Amino acid sequence: MSEEKEFKTLVVQGAVYKTHYTWKFENRVNWEAPDPNHIYSFIPGTIIDIFVKPKEKVKEGQTLLLLEAMKMQNQVRMPFDGEIVKIHVKKDDVIPRKFLMLEIRPVRIKK
Amino acid sequence: MSLRSNVLDLRKRKREVQKGGGDKAIEKQAKMGKLTARERILALLDKNSFHEYDLFVEHSAKDFGMESKVLHGDGVIIGTGTIYSKPVCIFAQDFTVAGGSLGLMHARKITKIMDHALKMRVPLIGINDSGGARIQEGVNSLAGYGEIFFRNTLASGVIPQISVILGPCAGGAVYSPALTDFVFVVENISKMFITGPSVIKSVLGEEISMEELGGARVHAELTGNAHFFATSELDCFEQIKKLISYIPRNNGTKAMPFPPKLPKKGRKIEDIVPGDPRIPYDIRDIIGGITDSSEFFEVMENFAPNIVIGFGRMEGDTVGFVANQPMVLAGVLDTDSSDKAARFIRYCDAFNIPIVTLEDLPGYLPGVDQEHAGVIRHGAKILYAYSEATVPKVTVILRKAYGGGYIAMNSRHLRADFVFAWPTAEIAVMGPEGAANIVFRKEIAEAENPEEMRQQKIQEYKEKFANPYVAAAQGYIDEVIEPRDTRGRILHALQVSENKSVFLPNKKHGIPPF
Repeated sequence: MSEEKEFKTLVVQGAVYKTHYTWKFENRVNWEAPDPNHIYSFIPGTIIDIFVKPKEKVKEGQTLLLLEAMKMQNQVRMPFDGEIVKIHVKKDDVIPRKFLMLEIRPVRIKK
Repeated sequence: MSLRSNVLDLRKRKREVQKGGGDKAIEKQAKMGKLTARERILALLDKNSFHEYDLFVEHSAKDFGMESKVLHGDGVIIGTGTIYSKPVCIFAQDFTVAGGSLGLMHARKITKIMDHALKMRVPLIGINDSGGARIQEGVNSLAGYGEIFFRNTLASGVIPQISVILGPCAGGAVYSPALTDFVFVVENISKMFITGPSVIKSVLGEEISMEELGGARVHAELTGNAHFFATSELDCFEQIKKLISYIPRNNGTKAMPFPPKLPKKGRKIEDIVPGDPRIPYDIRDIIGGITDSSEFFEVMENFAPNIVIGFGRMEGDTVGFVANQPMVLAGVLDTDSSDKAARFIRYCDAFNIPIVTLEDLPGYLPGVDQEHAGVIRHGAKILYAYSEATVPKVTVILRKAYGGGYIAMNSRHLRADFVFAWPTAEIAVMGPEGAANIVFRKEIAEAENPEEMRQQKIQEYKEKFANPYVAAAQGYIDEVIEPRDTRGRILHALQVSENKSVFLPNKKHGIPPF
């Protein structure tokens, strides 16, 4: 009975099973809906340069910063017309993958 | 010179070369807790059975001052010998000679013994302990690797190929083991990775130790690159010998038969499985209740343990077992367990080993991570492997056989030869809980007390469908058997299937989902 206490539960199609977990299962990453206003690093690397400042209005396609990884300088661009809300990195920072680099928000920019 | 002095000269030359990298390098190897290449071969093979070839081969590099260097045997030992008096071909990289680095002649020695193994239809054992490509030899060392990979692929499914990682095995070198049937690793000694920690740090800024990146445990538990994990080199050699005892020498023969034995007494399988399908037990206890002497040689014990694979014997003959493990993740199929089982099924099929499937699973593992990790294409592998296999295939359904899991686990529909079910088997499109919620959705929603109604309907569904008799009525199950008759029924089924012959459509090869 003492062993039974250590069991965890797993729900499959409504039924609750007593069982052990694997390390992988316990460490799986819960999925979250992506926030279009958050720009994450898609690869680990180094911030080579930042071209924008907070509150700056930026047009879609404009380069925000350079992220160097695997000897390639990747231009991270603005996904839509908007404003820079917050910058979480600075020049020469070495960052992992999925690191929040910038927060932005959509703003209409007059032509 | 007299004959006598010639012989003495030969002996002197041999002694010199057999020292490999010399006393200092051998001392260094020992300090790392490793045996030398020669010690390893002698420890693994039958006593006095090893015969070495190409002892006097020298490297052919001419650049970067290599022309003046002497590398004994060019850093690798090749030869033939026996394990349990059956022949094997073997090579062992010698880390004491230029770090076991692979140059043109080193590779040529390896490919020579590989060609022998394939031609003579005997198992090939490769002991890897190498710093990688010999940079001074440039593209010639790449050519060497390529020639090895090609032969690994050519020999795949014809002769057993066993890789033993007893040192570093990095960069391109890892792909030879990856192409072979079984990979053995030893704690604190084996290291496998494509790019090492220093490169990862300089390029990506991620800091990790060699052990955490590609140590034995990582490959045995996390990546699934290794099949057997040992805590010492000698343990590892015992595992290899055991494996050799279970598998045939080539795809044209059967594994060597052993004297038939009964399972150990006191292994009553009818007492192991709880009646409630939601309570777990260790499926390996059931396997132990079926096999000769209750022995089971598990493969990939620590990777995806929600499915159990391995070898046992029944009446002296080798049988491959594939079994859901309710003890871990309720025995579900997921990306890793499907991949693990599918490869094992294909191994058994290639080498004439009958497959016994023990089934008790609630289906596939739900979750975004699973869907996004490609559980569709990984899950398809197990369907493919079972459908394609033409060796005798016997299934025993112990408890749950729900939905896609039922189909995947060697069902009649994938051409199982015999499907048995215990009276506790529940063969249905899903478990009673899930099914009642869907089938009686309206009744439950409209009931005065929905929860009470739900429980009532679950019970109703359970009584009507959660049993083996609906499937048995269709002939999908051949026989509902008493648990204690399991071994006898499997034995009889295998006996009947001994001369099984199936004709598949003529094709070059299929396109499995990998």
